[in-house]
Amino acid sequence: MVEKKRKKNLSFLERIYVVEIFKGMILTFKNMLRPKVTMQYPEVKFEPPASYRGRPVLVQERNGVERCVACGLCSRVCPALAIEVQAAETELEKERYPQKFEINMLRCIFCGFCEEVCPEEAIVMSKDYELVFTNREDAIYGKDKLLIPVDKLQDRLEFLRKFK
Amino acid sequence: MPYLTIDEKRVEFNQGQTIIEAAVTANIDIPHFCWHPKLSVSGNCRVCLVEVEKMPKLVIACSTLAAEGMVVHTHSDKTLEARNAVMEFILINHPLDCPICDEAGECKLQEYAYAHGKGESRFEEIKVRKEKRVQLGPFIKFDGDRCISCSRCIRFSDEIAKANQLTFVKRGDSVTITTFPGESFDNPYTLNTTDICPVGALTNQDFRFKSRVWEMSGTDSICIGCARGCNTEIWVRNNEILRLTPRSNEDVNSDWMCDKGRLNTFKFVNANDRVDGTMIRENGELKKVEWSEALVKAAAGLKEFKSTEIAFIGSSYATCEDNFTLVKLARSLGVNNIDFTQHILPGDQDDILIREDKTPNSLGAKLVGVKPAPNGLNLEGILRAIKEDKIKALYVMEEDIAALSNEWEEACGKLSLLIVHATNHNRTTLLANIVLSASTFAEKHGTFVNFQGRVQRIKPAVGTEEMDRALDGMNMSRWDKFGTKFDRWMQGHKYDAKPSWKILSLLSLQLGGKIKYEMAEAVFSDIAKTINEFNDLDYDVIAELGAQAKIKQTLAV
Ligand code: SF4
Ligand code: SF4
Ligand code: SF4
Ligand code: SF4
Repeated sequence: MVEKKRKKNLSFLERIYVVEIFKGMILTFKNMLRPKVTMQYPEVKFEPPASYRGRPVLVQERNGVERCVACGLCSRVCPALAIEVQAAETELEKERYPQKFEINMLRCIFCGFCEEVCPEEAIVMSKDYELVFTNREDAIYGKDKLLIPVDKLQDRLEFLRKFK
Repeated sequence: MPYLTIDEKRVEFNQGQTIIEAAVTANIDIPHFCWHPKLSVSGNCRVCLVEVEKMPKLVIACSTLAAEGMVVHTHSDKTLEARNAVMEFILINHPLDCPICDEAGECKLQEYAYAHGKGESRFEEIKVRKEKRVQLGPFIKFDGDRCISCSRCIRFSDEIAKANQLTFVKRGDSVTITTFPGESFDNPYTLNTTDICPVGALTNQDFRFKSRVWEMSGTDSICIGCARGCNTEIWVRNNEILRLTPRSNEDVNSDWMCDKGRLNTFKFVNANDRVDGTMIRENGELKKVEWSEALVKAAAGLKEFKSTEIAFIGSSYATCEDNFTLVKLARSLGVNNIDFTQHILPGDQDDILIREDKTPNSLGAKLVGVKPAPNGLNLEGILRAIKEDKIKALYVMEEDIAALSNEWEEACGKLSLLIVHATNHNRTTLLANIVLSASTFAEKHGTFVNFQGRVQRIKPAVGTEEMDRALDGMNMSRWDKFGTKFDRWMQGHKYDAKPSWKILSLLSLQLGGKIKYEMAEAVFSDIAKTINEFNDLDYDVIAELGAQAKIKQTLAV
């Protein structure tokens, strides 16, 4: 029989295994006594940190108007072609607003490029990760689902100002 | 030929050319805002500054004459520094408007700022604000903030449109564009200024905010507004035409087109009154039926009449291919009564572009033989014969014949059989027994012959039911390339229409005839073979800019 060459041969203690098994059991028991990290979702909800990239949403100013000026940059940069914007004219000073703004959540890959490119800080990644739909049509989110009041997005906006 | 050296490249020039003109011929790009090849030199933007050896200061390339042995540097340190400085200077009062500006994506200032700008500004004061959203003439919105005072629009109005309507007022950083007192910016060519304005100060109100320029596909085409046949580009998104822009062709329209042509010649393509699929009149109502059924009915209908009882009407709106196939079908049925009508608006013509013949293909229809055969009837003859009950069946291709006059309308009502190819519902379809839905100029291949005898091509830009953007080689935007049937931005309506030449060959098949065209190109190669004026021409020879038909001067309309 050919003797197998190892880089480092096992010592005597290692070769009898008893000590090693004992060491392993210590680790096991230690972990049994640690606090549980498993979350009882959906009874308990996960509150992500500000850096989390949930579904992209549109910022709605306090006066109820969307911040977006329908420049179409998010739509252009989106690698998944998830965003469709149709601009139209408004009497407001911003001149231009999105008459239609749709994100196809089946296409979106949560990359955050739209948020990064937006010149108005009008589209941001939210903390919302619960996306449920039963058909393709429902997966296309229009302005009704996308507009979120700016006060609810402060976390992310501050994070962006600090790190973007 | 004398020559000068630009960036170590030897460039030949004609005496009297400026440095920038010489550079253009050699494909060297010298940045410029105010200079335009078709306009006089103004030299106010200063961005074309270049270094010329042995000259003490930098010179502007647009107004400095090229001279034998000149050595020009467009990328030396000194030039770049000056260019950056000029860019910084122009950007001082230019707003950061790109997100809401329609010009973004095709803006010279944006491009040069990206390529030649420093990317930052030392200007910390407040920018000068001017009026925004000013209505300048009937079709244009002017944004004072964005104007960089290049004067292109003023020079265009004076020199090309020959209408002295625009001027600068005020001085320094308050300078702005306005019309002369009592004048309105309303010459027939105003919208060309939106193309040549290097920034988004002048925008086409009709297109305003409809789409980003990078979201559309652009397809070479020809304007159908008059017999000039200006070369155009059709811009399409989601299978809908959003705007037309002129395409450069020195022999036809230079860089321009008229406002009427630009605004009024494409909206019918997507209008509510489009004919969508074939229709047959039953109990006084038009009812939608399958193509096969309509064609069988049309063929059976025609067979019921003697060839002397039938007349065909061609169209100066339709292509040469359509008209040629119509003539062929008429001949195969032994029908001699065939003609078309012109649409002349007497006096509505100028020596810039606009022609009084308001259709794109009168000459083409004439050349391919839409005229009565020996002892056949012409248009008036046909009308008379219908009144006298001698002609009982009329086949009309892409012409609203009932709208010509009350007499015609009555005559159409008298017919036993009226078959019509139509793109949109009109007075004739109201009376027709069978309506075959025809593709518009934006949905088919074909050729028009303009008033000069220039054969020019149109290409499909909008898809119909029988076409596939990719397989039929149509130009595609990024959306078209990657869209699926589940994407809402891909669901633009496709009409159930066919080009007239195709409808005619399908009908010929039903009549047991021999016309079997599968492609517009095949029709054209038949035209080239049988009609002298078109000899030696094919789609490749016509290419983007058209080719001259061999016509005798007397034929010209
Ligand atoms: S997160 Fe990425 S994939 Fe999703 S909409 Fe934004 S850019 Fe598109
Ligand atoms: S990039 Fe921002 S401003 Fe532009 S369309 Fe998207 S959300 Fe609106
Ligand atoms: S409006 Fe446009 S074309 Fe006219 S001067 Fe201003 S920038 Fe130039
Ligand atoms: S001049 Fe005639 S062909 Fe040219 S754009 Fe006007 S209508 Fe169209």
